[in-house]
Amino acid sequence: MPANFVTRFASLLLCLLGTTVLAQNPASAQGLSSDVPTIVINRSTAVALPITVVPFAFEAAGAPSETDVSDVVRMDLARSGKFTALDKKDVVEFPSRGSDIKFPTWNLLKQMYIVVGRMTDADAGAMRVEFELYDVAKQERLLGLAITGQRSDLRGVGHQIADLIYEKITGVRGAFWTRIAYVTAAGVSPNINYALMVADSDGYNPQVLVRSREPLLSPSWSPDGKKLAYVSFERGDSAIYIQEIATGSRQVVSNRKGINGAPSFSPDGTRLALTLSYLGNPDIFIMDLASRETRRITNHFSIDTEAQWMPDGQTLVFTSDRSGKPQLYQVSVNGGDATRLTFQGEYNAKPSISYDGKQFAMAQGTGNVYRIAVLDRSKGSGTMSVISPGSVDESPSFAPNGSMLLYAATDGPRGVLYAVSADGRVRQRLVLADGDVREPSWGPFRQR
Amino acid sequence: MNTSLRLAIAALLCVTAVGCAKKATKVAPPSGGDRTEQATTDRSSDTGAYTEASLNSDSCLRQRVIYFDLDKTEIKSEFQAQIACHSKFIRQFPNYHVTLEGNADERGSREYNLGLGERRGNAVQSALSSAGAPGTQLNVVSYGEERPTCKDHNEECWSKNRRVEIVYTKN
Repeated sequence: MPANFVTRFASLLLCLLGTTVLAQNPASAQGLSSDVPTIVINRSTAVALPITVVPFAFEAAGAPSETDVSDVVRMDLARSGKFTALDKKDVVEFPSRGSDIKFPTWNLLKQMYIVVGRMTDADAGAMRVEFELYDVAKQERLLGLAITGQRSDLRGVGHQIADLIYEKITGVRGAFWTRIAYVTAAGVSPNINYALMVADSDGYNPQVLVRSREPLLSPSWSPDGKKLAYVSFERGDSAIYIQEIATGSRQVVSNRKGINGAPSFSPDGTRLALTLSYLGNPDIFIMDLASRETRRITNHFSIDTEAQWMPDGQTLVFTSDRSGKPQLYQVSVNGGDATRLTFQGEYNAKPSISYDGKQFAMAQGTGNVYRIAVLDRSKGSGTMSVISPGSVDESPSFAPNGSMLLYAATDGPRGVLYAVSADGRVRQRLVLADGDVREPSWGPFRQR
Repeated sequence: MNTSLRLAIAALLCVTAVGCAKKATKVAPPSGGDRTEQATTDRSSDTGAYTEASLNSDSCLRQRVIYFDLDKTEIKSEFQAQIACHSKFIRQFPNYHVTLEGNADERGSREYNLGLGERRGNAVQSALSSAGAPGTQLNVVSYGEERPTCKDHNEECWSKNRRVEIVYTKN
């Protein structure tokens, strides 16, 4: 039974995604890839909660909006791995208010939750989206809220609704209404155009932040989500820039001799961890952003790089090959001895740390196969699990609520990005621009 | 000490900036000089002096790429002749500067690979220095895995990307 169920379930989801993409064809006109995103269900062991998101009724004046808010909500919940969303074409009744829901129908379809909603006109051309979340078995209303947004930002409204539903049911704040940064490369060497991009968490609304003829890498968000630090080779050698997203204004913060790499903002936003090699080989430093003074944290003849801050701001986790091959280590922000964190896997690099400081994602290499692994240290010395199929997977980045990760993979010669649930159960390729995509970085929560 | 260090770096940057302002011209690598061509050492590199034109005519000097084994920074014996002829040319022509561009294959993380590329660049730099090239004419830049010459996911391709390119600039 489970195998059969999984197959049916997977095909349901595939259908759902197929129709969603067709419904969002305007996206292609925005320069998005026409690839069909497929959600891959890897394991059925975890319990995913069945939820129906009924298409929202359009009760405003004028033509219906291009964005179907309920589609955005349904897709978000489905790719989180915590829910199985009923296929839009299997929705048999279309209530738009709680009072219209016939609960026996949804009970029969084995749905635990149902979301209904409607879109009406608000002031100054904006739209008001009212929605209600019900527990089907108890016939009880769990949420009844309205969010108002511009017609141009209805996807944003959908993500906020998905966040509220996710939080109500799982008890964890949703992270769909967030942004991601990544780097694209288009063209053939030596005429490659690089771009640093920012987009919604599902890859929609891509925006170019920086264009360059030389490589760009390692975007890192400031904790307030207003700035990005990144590495650019536009001066010939590596340099670290900090750029304001809204204005585009930017400053070089480090361009010493040798490597200026792997910038990472401290949790309070006042400092930047970075890698510098001007003293001979790559070591970890911390820069005070107000004074630009740097302090050396590691001092070892090996390659030390890719420092990330623990949430308390007292410890850095970084990559070092001091034991031969790269492994993760941790060191106090005051320096001193580093202690090794990873012992499983030949090659562990590029850490990303969950908001609670208990999960450590990394690129793990065994032979020629590189996959994303997560070390869970919430119990004992920790357990390592592999959450991506390989074979050239790298650069994991946790969502701010720790429920999902982004990572970079390849499709032939092309780089692509995947979003994967933290347990590895559900994986989806993001629909992004054609060309090579890499270096994903998931931004912080946004302020409502 | 911190201040003096920073001053030293500032001074270094000034020097570099001035150097660039003097309109350095990048010397194009010879076409057709790929690594399969055998480095002929018959034109004794110990006795005969090079001319500037040798950069494009001498079969050893035309070799500008040094390849590395996986996770290795040692310079293999097959590249010793290349190290010898380039260090000889560099010593003979102080108006040429050399940038050693270190590269890595795609596997693993980009920032770590920046480190690996630099390590390889440093290995070539110290080999050239040991062979007599003045350190002041040498400079290392690492591109990590950002400038692959080949994008397939197999060892044949990776082995072409684990390399240091010797790039000449004439002042």
